[in-house]
Amino acid sequence: MKFRVERDALADAVAWAARALPSRPPVPVLAGLLLEADEVGVLRLSSFDYEVSARVEVPAEVIDAGTALVSGKLLADISRSLPSKPVDVTTDGSKVSVTCGSGRFTLLTMPVEEYPTLPVMPDASGTVAGDIFTQAVGQVSIAASRDETLPILTGIRCEIEGDQITLLATDRYRLAMRTLPWHPGDPGQSSVALVRARTLSDVAKALGTSADVTLALTTGGATEMIGFEAGGRRTTSLLVEGDYPKVRALFPDTVATYALVGTQALTDAVKRVALVAERNTPVRLTFTEGLLTLEAGQGEDAQASEAVESTLVGDELSIAFNPQFLLDGLGALNSPLVRLSFTQPTKPAVLSPQTDPEGSDDSSYRYLLMPVRIAG
Amino acid sequence: MRTRPVILHLDLDAFFSAVEQLHKPSLRGKPVIVGGTGRRGVVSTASYEARTFGVGSAMSIFEARRRCPNAAYLTPRFQAYRAASRVVMAHLAEVSPIVEQVSVDEAYVDLTPTAPGIDVAGVTELAEEIRRRIHESTGLTASIGAGTSKLIAKIGSDLNKPDGLTVVAPGAERELLAPMPVRKLPGIGPATQDRLHKYGMHTIGEVAAVPGKEIIGILGKAHGSAVHQHAQGIDNRELEPERDAKSVSAEETFSTDLTDRRELMAHARRMAGRVVGRITQDGLCARTITIKVRSYDFSTITRSFTLDQPTDSLSKIMASIRQLLDAVDVSDGVRLLGVGVAGLTDFAQTDLLADLFGERDEAEGEAGEPVDPEAVVVSDRGPILATAVERDPVEAQEVHASKGFGWTAELDDSPPDTSEVPDWRPGQDIVHAERGPGWVQGAGLGRVTVRFEGPHTGPGPIKTFRVNDPDLSPGEPPVWQRPEEALRIHR
Repeated sequence: MKFRVERDALADAVAWAARALPSRPPVPVLAGLLLEADEVGVLRLSSFDYEVSARVEVPAEVIDAGTALVSGKLLADISRSLPSKPVDVTTDGSKVSVTCGSGRFTLLTMPVEEYPTLPVMPDASGTVAGDIFTQAVGQVSIAASRDETLPILTGIRCEIEGDQITLLATDRYRLAMRTLPWHPGDPGQSSVALVRARTLSDVAKALGTSADVTLALTTGGATEMIGFEAGGRRTTSLLVEGDYPKVRALFPDTVATYALVGTQALTDAVKRVALVAERNTPVRLTFTEGLLTLEAGQGEDAQASEAVESTLVGDELSIAFNPQFLLDGLGALNSPLVRLSFTQPTKPAVLSPQTDPEGSDDSSYRYLLMPVRIAG
Repeated sequence: MRTRPVILHLDLDAFFSAVEQLHKPSLRGKPVIVGGTGRRGVVSTASYEARTFGVGSAMSIFEARRRCPNAAYLTPRFQAYRAASRVVMAHLAEVSPIVEQVSVDEAYVDLTPTAPGIDVAGVTELAEEIRRRIHESTGLTASIGAGTSKLIAKIGSDLNKPDGLTVVAPGAERELLAPMPVRKLPGIGPATQDRLHKYGMHTIGEVAAVPGKEIIGILGKAHGSAVHQHAQGIDNRELEPERDAKSVSAEETFSTDLTDRRELMAHARRMAGRVVGRITQDGLCARTITIKVRSYDFSTITRSFTLDQPTDSLSKIMASIRQLLDAVDVSDGVRLLGVGVAGLTDFAQTDLLADLFGERDEAEGEAGEPVDPEAVVVSDRGPILATAVERDPVEAQEVHASKGFGWTAELDDSPPDTSEVPDWRPGQDIVHAERGPGWVQGAGLGRVTVRFEGPHTGPGPIKTFRVNDPDLSPGEPPVWQRPEEALRIHR
């Protein structure tokens, strides 16, 4: 195997493929990055940890076609540090040499025959706009759980129904839901997938710069898998198993009270009063006509309060939240105004984005937040 | 370390048994032993009358009964002790805002804010006044030590016990400590003592005379330097006034070692129920769940788990306990099991999915098996170490004590018992519909013997009833108030 490739193209490709490398590989070859150079002038890099696979293709000047398996971490470190010059990669017996400018590295190879076969990308199901996909995943993944003891909650539930995708995630304390349009191959499509939030976030960030991202889903078979492809990069992931709780029903049907507040003003105020909220003690929000008062800290501890202009429709109300959970929701709205909808102080509140103070909220995103109960 | 004797250490004398003797006039002047009364129970407090028979705290009840068969053996009435303790601590709070309550019956006071320039005579007068006020309002006697540090104050309170006072003049610390055995220093248990003995050091003075480097070589850096400083009479520990409870826990010693996980879980569930009951009563939630497992050979481990959000849900706490206990080898037999919670907060993040994910464990708990009610002690231990292996129970006890028990809340009495036959325990307060209040002198064979007396009645008569006599019901601890009467009775 012998090829020449542009330094930036190589560094980007290696970085992308190396993300899926397991930090503690169950078998040594899984720490490797598979390099495949073929005659048509394509260099293909792949990684796999039995759950997630990543593959990327970049144009290269291929002199001799061939394959090699090298340490992914080392190759990533090296390619990132190379000067901006063409990179020559050559196999030499059981070694691979990487030459760039006057620098030269020699890497050991691992046996290619021992490397597992990468899963086949499922057939394409449709496409989604890259920027919308990235934004939507970002808005929902904040609510996914990081607690591995309950694996289903570490996932984002993707519900595909005709030309709409709904993403849902919850960690038991908040629940985020985003609906986004897409272009299904089959307009009558209806399927559901639970994808690890960490994987989906990584994919969305990496592929979101492309105009269109192709989604591919196989469910109901022996291996349930989702695939994503854009701009020569593709990744597959096994789905998370288990029955996701029926969380859609948790959004209240009715709204007793709602308030409109400037998103940035509220975010800044929460950040300020939360300075006294040690270890995420709650921030209390009291809504009165025209004014929202925030308070944090109590008893003998430090205290803070601040008032923010707000429009209230309905009865006055006081409710407390974990400040970080509240900030997560506010940060995901991407709108000048936030509408906070309530039923009771002990029941969940719903945050939704709004642009026009006289108009209605944008129902494509909702962030439901459970209040904090304070003694006494 | 202060330049004047402004640190006080107060220790109530034979506290539990003293309260019992006050509330039960027939026991005054007689040996009284408070503790678990089952086969594996341990002495909590022995009255001074019982101590003359060689009975001391932490001794097994079995051994105590052998040495002093005629003592009154009572189960603890924590509610009564807490009430008395609150009165005592209130007196200390009047003297200075800096009070570190170490346990129900022990506290340090730092007079620096209120009397920074006080001298030995002044401290003597003030300490006597505190002792007098405590005796007037509770009938209890307290011993006080005063000195320039916690170490000296603590040593001092032990010197003239009971009902005594020792004020150590500044500068006299080293001389005072020199002849005492090394065990008197905080943090020195039997193991450390043995090491020091091996190097020929038996008294504190002998430790003080050796260069610090050598002690550090023997005991390690942290421990060695602390011990060496203390031996010189130098102690720079500040008081740690408690604001709130830091943790609540319950533990049980079993009458036979348990190996059955289901049985252990049943005990754990019952204790967790009490712990949760206690924190919810104060409107608190907890983040850290701890279990303590003492094996047949007294080796003790604690394991803890911290939740992402505080909770007061028994099912969530039980889920953590189950996880923790599953990771512990119990095949050799568990002698003692404890469960506790820490990281207490007065707020709870409500759970969106509480209704969706079943409360299975809680339902299971309803069918909890009856457990023998011996030796349930709940105390506050300050922050619990994530993992600690204690090989030596006595040393471990000292480590805890030096860290400070803070507020000690013992969970009292039996949980609401649904069974038809009441479980009368010796010492328990009881009320007879016609005869009024008294206490359980003994129970068994379907009978319960009650002595009808109170703090201000003088020794009263006894009478025996059927255990399920409908006229009998559990009573509240008697109230010790009227100081003039207290004086008359006790002096």
